[in-house]
Amino acid sequence: MQATFRIEGLGKSFGPYRVLDGVSLDLFPGQVTVLMGANGAGKSTLVKVMSGVHQPSAGTMTLAGQRFAPSTPAEAIRAGVVTVHQNINDGVVGALDVATNLTLDRLSGKGARLFVSPRRMRREAAEVAARLDLDLDLRADIGSLSLADRQMVGIARAMSHEPKVMILDEPTSSLSSAEADRLFATIERLRAQGVAILYISHRMSDIRRIADRIMSLRDGRITGTFEDKPLDYEGAVNAMLGRSVAVDAVTARDGGEPIFEAAGMRLKAQSLPFSLSLGSGEVVAITGLVGVGKTQLAETLFGVRRPLAGSMRLDGRGYAPRNTAEAIEAGVFLVAKDRAESGIVGDFNLYRNVSLPFLRRLSRLGVTRNRAEREAARAQIDNLSIVCRGERDMMQTLSGGNQQKVMVARWMAQPSRLFILDEPFQGVDIAARRDIAAKLRASAAGRATLLFLTEIDEALETADRILVMSEHTIVGEHRNERLDMDRLLAEVAGGAMKGAA
Amino acid sequence: MTDTLIRYGFLALLAGLVVFFSLATNGFASPQAAVFIFQSVAITGILALGVTATLVVGGFDLSIGSVATSAMMAAAYAMIVLEQNAVVAVLFCLAIGALVGLVNGLIIVYMRVPDLLATLGMMFLLLGLQRIPTEGRSIAAGMTMPDGSTAGGVFSPSFLALGRHRFDFILPNLVPVSVVVLIVLAVLIWFFLEYTRYGRMMYAVGSNARAAELAGAPVKAYKIWAYVISGMFASIGGILLAARLGRGDIASGNNLLLDAVAAALIGFAVLGAAKPNAFGTAVGALFVGVLLQGLTMMNVPYYTQDFVKGAVLVVALIFTFALSNQGRR
Repeated sequence: MQATFRIEGLGKSFGPYRVLDGVSLDLFPGQVTVLMGANGAGKSTLVKVMSGVHQPSAGTMTLAGQRFAPSTPAEAIRAGVVTVHQNINDGVVGALDVATNLTLDRLSGKGARLFVSPRRMRREAAEVAARLDLDLDLRADIGSLSLADRQMVGIARAMSHEPKVMILDEPTSSLSSAEADRLFATIERLRAQGVAILYISHRMSDIRRIADRIMSLRDGRITGTFEDKPLDYEGAVNAMLGRSVAVDAVTARDGGEPIFEAAGMRLKAQSLPFSLSLGSGEVVAITGLVGVGKTQLAETLFGVRRPLAGSMRLDGRGYAPRNTAEAIEAGVFLVAKDRAESGIVGDFNLYRNVSLPFLRRLSRLGVTRNRAEREAARAQIDNLSIVCRGERDMMQTLSGGNQQKVMVARWMAQPSRLFILDEPFQGVDIAARRDIAAKLRASAAGRATLLFLTEIDEALETADRILVMSEHTIVGEHRNERLDMDRLLAEVAGGAMKGAA
Repeated sequence: MTDTLIRYGFLALLAGLVVFFSLATNGFASPQAAVFIFQSVAITGILALGVTATLVVGGFDLSIGSVATSAMMAAAYAMIVLEQNAVVAVLFCLAIGALVGLVNGLIIVYMRVPDLLATLGMMFLLLGLQRIPTEGRSIAAGMTMPDGSTAGGVFSPSFLALGRHRFDFILPNLVPVSVVVLIVLAVLIWFFLEYTRYGRMMYAVGSNARAAELAGAPVKAYKIWAYVISGMFASIGGILLAARLGRGDIASGNNLLLDAVAAALIGFAVLGAAKPNAFGTAVGALFVGVLLQGLTMMNVPYYTQDFVKGAVLVVALIFTFALSNQGRR
């Protein structure tokens, strides 16, 4: 079979840093090639070179036998190589409505008309939407749509170019399973139409579902190509990590006396009330799909929002924080989801990021004590094995996994009663994830630890007890020891199962 | 190399200018000339230090110029028309500055009006408001009131001393009060922003407000306080202006806003900070003062001043953004 898209000996360097080194890769029509790689392996750079954002330092790309060297993203799109980016909001223009977004690329470039006819635009938009079975109000503002719908708009827009090659960069990272199903149906349709697809992900469930071939990328090189059926998934993971990974079994511990208790909690008007009890020394994971209320619960415990009903108790006393400062004062700490948005202070260096919540304790008469701050940060750098040159490094110079370690370190610098981590392994490579999980378990004595994790594997790796959330309430509880995976999955899947039972 | 250039380039340029003017003119390198430079930038500098506080929390305050002129008019009104003493006049002005800052902050934080628009509106409002009590007249001793009577008050001597008294330093009667106030306020705000936990949190709020909130900081309060600081600094500038002029002049203070904002933005380039900082703001104000004083002593005409300031600002901004981004990549 003739490859639609061919990369040969591709290299890319930023200054002294060689991010890609001699990457060769073929994409065939009607096939989904999955590219796996840990954080920092060079996936994003490869995508940016293919989509015309960066120019390669070495090597060539060919599209349908012709030299392909786009100097801008628009050129790549016109040639038939379209990209759906990981960051969903990169794919849509928030201030415009759905119809305009779907036809955005026709507003510029050769042959674009001077005047915009709204009716014509909506007709064209409707055609584009129909190809994807997109059921959206074309006049709605993008800002009013869910993330998943925005992504669908982005994909639909990409598809309106009749692409020969389509690159999907971690497209399911913010989708619920129903939404992901729609995405996979779309990918299958594209595959049937003979589009060559490059699918970038490190979610095993996605990969098992759609991969025709797997290529592993590590440190800027292709370290493995797997195309014989049945696909060797373990081999691909090995090639990606350069070491063999087996899910470490956790020895489940029982919690001591309860530290945090909640009764009759309701997060949403229609949701059922639930209770929660977290013991001293245990690590509890709450799992569930995106959008079932995990983050709401985390924020409720941390005083960002208030429960609709119910009461909370911490160490036997009533606990009703009105803001985050009161929660911190009471010893309830939260490592929030999405560190770039709600954790990292970009203008601050490492030690100032660590000291942020506890500045009062590190100051005298309001004056900060830099030496104490730096000592605290150095202790945490050792404690969590943060890879950096020193406590004065700027956050941008750290890898994703190390940035996340700094976020965890920020809250481990002081003892807590209830330590909450919301998706602490998001955008974190496996090695850093292991380090963080091991540190959480090792330091768990004397406090309650609560993790919110969408990935069940992550919960199995870290928790003593796993609770399942669905529709803004807790629907199941498992001790992490020979647990009943079928029941857990059924609970995660939620509503439908309950009706059947 | 680039790093050194970014860090010390602007300070080196300032030093170079001083050396150049000292050699090229007679009398530039004298205590009198130095004091004159400080005095020429004192009021602008004080306003610039205030606006730095709002820049730190990620905001902006366009109303500082009109707060300063309103304070000037209020001081004159309090003494001339209401026949109050200097202390009352000063407190009255400070209260106005704090109140305007508070209102700015509340509008921006709770009504969610974008900072530029809210303070633009406030600027307009104050420009008009300060003219209403006297029906558009300037305020001076013995002025005729709208009802035909003559105002009975005078500028109190102790108030005027704020503008005219000079302290002995090296030479007798050298350093004016405004320069001392500038230096004291600069040191205060610099220490506050760099070395206290409140200043640190203000930077955190400006860099990532959500992260600051999740770290337990009362983000809204910090933002409002920044505008209060800015308003109070501007009113101090206005008090000094009134004391220097000895009247409430509706035509003065036109350039205050632009000059102050320019100084704060030039400050981004100092020491490669690439962010608002009090030391940079003070250096930025001085830079403009040195340049204008030097050029004036070299007989460059006065009408080129705004051009020179604008050119400095553009160069400083290029310095900050183009060079420092290059350094980061």
